[in-house]
Amino acid sequence: MDITFDHVSFTYQAGTPFAGDGLKDVTTTIKDGSYTAIIGHTGSGKSTLLQHLNALLKPTAGTVTIGDRVITNETNNKNLKPIRREVGMVFQFAENQLFEQTVAKDIAFGPTNFGVPAEEAEKQAAAMVALVGLPPEVLEQSPFDLSGGQMRRVAIAGVLAMKPSVLVLDEPTAGLDPAGRAEMMTMFNRLHQEQGLTIVLVTHQMDDVADYADHVLVMDQGRLVKEGTPREIFQDADWLADHQLGLPKTAAMARRLTAQGFRFDPLPLTTAQLADQLLPQIGGPAHD
Amino acid sequence: MTKLLLGRYLPGDSWVHKLDPRTKLMASFYYIGIIFLANNWQTYLLMFMATMVMVAASKIKLGFFLRGVRPMIWLILFTVMLQVFFTKGGATYWSWGWLAITQYGLTNGAFIFMRFVLIIFVSTLLTLTTQPLSLADAVESLLKPLRVLHVPVTELALVLQIALRFVPTLMDQTTKIMNAQRARGVDFGSGNLFQQMKAVVPLLIPLFVDSFGIAEDLATAMDARGYQGGDGRTKYRVLQYHRKDIVAGMIMAGLTIALIFLKA
Repeated sequence: MDITFDHVSFTYQAGTPFAGDGLKDVTTTIKDGSYTAIIGHTGSGKSTLLQHLNALLKPTAGTVTIGDRVITNETNNKNLKPIRREVGMVFQFAENQLFEQTVAKDIAFGPTNFGVPAEEAEKQAAAMVALVGLPPEVLEQSPFDLSGGQMRRVAIAGVLAMKPSVLVLDEPTAGLDPAGRAEMMTMFNRLHQEQGLTIVLVTHQMDDVADYADHVLVMDQGRLVKEGTPREIFQDADWLADHQLGLPKTAAMARRLTAQGFRFDPLPLTTAQLADQLLPQIGGPAHD
Repeated sequence: MTKLLLGRYLPGDSWVHKLDPRTKLMASFYYIGIIFLANNWQTYLLMFMATMVMVAASKIKLGFFLRGVRPMIWLILFTVMLQVFFTKGGATYWSWGWLAITQYGLTNGAFIFMRFVLIIFVSTLLTLTTQPLSLADAVESLLKPLRVLHVPVTELALVLQIALRFVPTLMDQTTKIMNAQRARGVDFGSGNLFQQMKAVVPLLIPLFVDSFGIAEDLATAMDARGYQGGDGRTKYRVLQYHRKDIVAGMIMAGLTIALIFLKA
């Protein structure tokens, strides 16, 4: 399911003295089956853009096409449910949305709202808990007895349980420890690889962008200032610095090595790529 | 939620903005008090002019004040209708059973309408031109005499300030949780009354949990910074009366004298 933005602008509280800019003239397409990363410094419009993906916000001007539904300023709030089922959204600090008495019920909440029978939904919950890497015992526990990281996983399981075809992630690993972060990102990547899930990821972790994304959107002050593959985006370190963004660790390392006389082509984005290009240059055996 | 205007602050740099918050608070209450002195066309005209001058002095567009009236319009109309239909006296223009439209009824209705609108204008003016925190400071300062009666004024002020400080935070949080639950298929504000009430549960429970979390973290943080409560703490934001405040007080006194002079 493609999601297309056509000259989308959005103003918060339009027509009041509190009006604020959100998006300005954004045109782009998020292709079916892609792994898109949205980067940009705080307040650049990333989260505003995200909320257009399942019509939580409607554009002040322009149109958003989600699958075959066209969302404009005049779109009625009714009948948006099918879109919300297709586009699952994991918000920042998603653990804040938990409220049911047991984890199982909380995970089943989304699917039940979309018409899945309660029993079937709770059965599904068990599979989801396993998918996000939690032991089956948590199913009957209260979500409020879990640790912050476990709550985050439950919340994510609750979104995955709706079986969306597009998964929107707003800094899903913020505040998690390094191991939890890696596990989480690997899980999303597996879903992307195995089930062809379209993923839209908002992140400040350039390493994640380099490791997983195949398409990058760079936002600045509500505008989409650049889009392309991670390699294209990370090619120009000075341009990124101008937009208050950095390089992935590997690219930064490669850049420092270039200053020492090493040569890299193309720009390595992952540790493996860096090692591959570096080994022949320092006279080591070819990496396999 | 974002449509609510009452209780919001509109930053500005006008004469009214710069008044001491205590002056504004007292003057607003005083104004609401003396508006009940008005009882004929001259006095209402005077109050109307005075309000318009205050609105002009705040440099805020009249439209925002009208928007402040809008949520109250049904209450106003209901009261005005009661006055119009149930006041007897003067010439009778129309009657049906115990309902009658009379001369007195009509004038009373108009007066009540004016009274409502002016009161709303003045309270909107107060909140639009005063930052909530300075308002809390003003309340603390004005309540100080109650310490004689062992009213814990400083604690009350702290509660008020923390409450005001967290209004925007909790509003943001509410919006976020609503969005998150909407993304999981909740339809807020649709269906019958029972369904609508049920839809609030996924919003209220996380909000409560979050508030208690915030309270606990904040208490610990305050403790860590050496807060022990009670008296003997210094004040950072010191309120000070200036010449403007005396002028504002004199205007209120002048209004009162004019009202007493003009009223029937």
